[in-house]
Amino acid sequence: MPDAAVRELTYGEAVKEAIAEEMRRDPRVFLIGEDVAEAGHPFKTLVGLVQEFGTDRIIDTPISEPGYAGIGVGAAMTGMRPIVDVMFGDFITLTMDQMVNQAAKVHYMSGGKIKVPIVFRTTLGATRRSAAQHSQSLHAWVSHVPGLKVALPSGPYEAKGLMKTAIRDDSPVVIFEDKMMYRVKGPVPAEDYTIPFGVAKVTRAGRDITIVATSSMVPVALGAATLLEAIGISAEVIDPRTTWPLDKQALIDSAKKTSRAIVVDEGYERYGVTAEIASVIAEGAFYHLDAPVKRIGAMDVPVPFSPVLEDLTVPSSSVVFEAAKALCGKA
Amino acid sequence: MTTQAREPRMELEQHLHMYRQMAKIRAFEEQVNELYKSAKMPGLAHLYVGEEAVAVGVCEALHRDDFITSTHRGHGHCLAKGASVNRMFAELLGKEPGYCRGKGGSMHIADPETGNLGANAIVGGSAGIATGAALSAKMRGSGQVAVCFFGDGALGQGLLYEVMNMAALWTLPVIYVCENNLYGEYTPCGDTVAGEIPARARAFGIHAESVDGQDVQLVNATMRRLVERARRGEGPAFLECKTYRYYGHHVGDVNREYRTREEEREWMTGRDPLQTLASRLTGQGLADASVFERIQTDVKTEIDSGVQYALAAPYPDPSEVDEDVYA
Repeated sequence: MPDAAVRELTYGEAVKEAIAEEMRRDPRVFLIGEDVAEAGHPFKTLVGLVQEFGTDRIIDTPISEPGYAGIGVGAAMTGMRPIVDVMFGDFITLTMDQMVNQAAKVHYMSGGKIKVPIVFRTTLGATRRSAAQHSQSLHAWVSHVPGLKVALPSGPYEAKGLMKTAIRDDSPVVIFEDKMMYRVKGPVPAEDYTIPFGVAKVTRAGRDITIVATSSMVPVALGAATLLEAIGISAEVIDPRTTWPLDKQALIDSAKKTSRAIVVDEGYERYGVTAEIASVIAEGAFYHLDAPVKRIGAMDVPVPFSPVLEDLTVPSSSVVFEAAKALCGKA
Repeated sequence: MTTQAREPRMELEQHLHMYRQMAKIRAFEEQVNELYKSAKMPGLAHLYVGEEAVAVGVCEALHRDDFITSTHRGHGHCLAKGASVNRMFAELLGKEPGYCRGKGGSMHIADPETGNLGANAIVGGSAGIATGAALSAKMRGSGQVAVCFFGDGALGQGLLYEVMNMAALWTLPVIYVCENNLYGEYTPCGDTVAGEIPARARAFGIHAESVDGQDVQLVNATMRRLVERARRGEGPAFLECKTYRYYGHHVGDVNREYRTREEEREWMTGRDPLQTLASRLTGQGLADASVFERIQTDVKTEIDSGVQYALAAPYPDPSEVDEDVYA
């Protein structure tokens, strides 16, 4: 008998289903951005939404990221629940003032009187051969800012559940979708479900080493875990799912159990998510660790165009595998 | 609420009310300067003295639930929209009963009960918020309008032009009010703004006007027209109000080397918004000097009691420091 729970959707379809369900559920939700209506978004993730919801709720804008981000903030402050679509994560450099100085601050600065229930939907991830201005993973930037929450769906199931949670949250949320994962399929329940923020998921249980991996790096970590299994190392893969709120305890508990930890993230390695999580583990599990916490991020260079060069900049399963092997004393 | 329909008596009451509001703002700001000079106020403040006719003329054309966004020089906007003197002073002193429970201070006073979405310390930073509030009003069919106050300094910010473009495309009920006080911080407007200011809005097909911002009756009458057309669904407007700040950029800017004392005297003696209204109403035989004196006395009492309230008010509890980071 076919089980509805094992229905598969692509990551992109899961995002769209989340947005459509929330828009049906709540008339205050609308989506605003570039090429989101008739075009259905350059990544085709929104195809069909304008037919159902019309151009009053799926709003095409000029190419003015700061402008429509600001309009989203104002709408959120006055009774609406906008999803602001920032086509590429690299473009959050343009929307930073509205995210960081406006959306993130309004609730606190107003003494808790004004809420800003806004979702900034954007992307991360390299290897699309799009070069330095369309390939960055800048989620660490906004994770730094009190007042913002940051979600990083690592697969279709998370893409739907985290998006729905983001839309229902009364605080500003920045959600980074992995643009290289839009066509990846996975089980996505047809029914309504949400994934709570600040709750990590143990994607693969293991005994010998913890691999903390975010977003695009979860499949990379799972690949490494398979390689490690073949040489007798049992790796636990844990996905924080949100960089803020951060489920520190789950990460610490896993590291205490395995006594070794690697953190893998596609943001630049320096001053990045890997540094933050490594310090959380080092502080929280120090006396249980048998080795220093290892960080693996994107190479600290602008993302190059040539495939030969670009592929070198992103952590791979074999790089994670080698690092884990070394940490376990099997180099 | 049309200008033509109002009776003369109501009109006089309205004008005296506007005088009272301007007097209140001026007395409030003079008191803020005293608090600064006597080291009773943390930080700085940007005083609105001289520009009162703009905030009052504009806000008296609005309903209580219409939105405004304000600027770093925002005390006048907040008071004109209906904020209480007590809670304003309390916020400026970082006290618990302040509008932001002491977390915002002078540059961030917000009061959703009077439609005030907040002052903003990023120059031009609220242009998006005001335009978004207008989009929200349109989507909700609420009939509200939004007013975005900004200074001539904000004319240098690209955000303003991005959102004016969208406001025009989408016929949003938003009015951009440019308070041109001739100086962006310490730099004359002429050094930073090319071309004609209203022409910038007209380039987007936005109805734009330029008025004497020291004449509260003119500002108010103009604004009523612009608000009416926005409420009728005729879209955004832009109003440049030519005005002048009597003090420096902020309370600590006391030397003001970038402008002449002669220029200051001309504005203060010849074009003062309170004197202009008082002498006009007196000249028309509608009110005599005693009326204005009584208003000044009332206002002084309100300000004195407000500042005493704030000085006596408690500071926030330290445990509140990490409250309200998230909703």
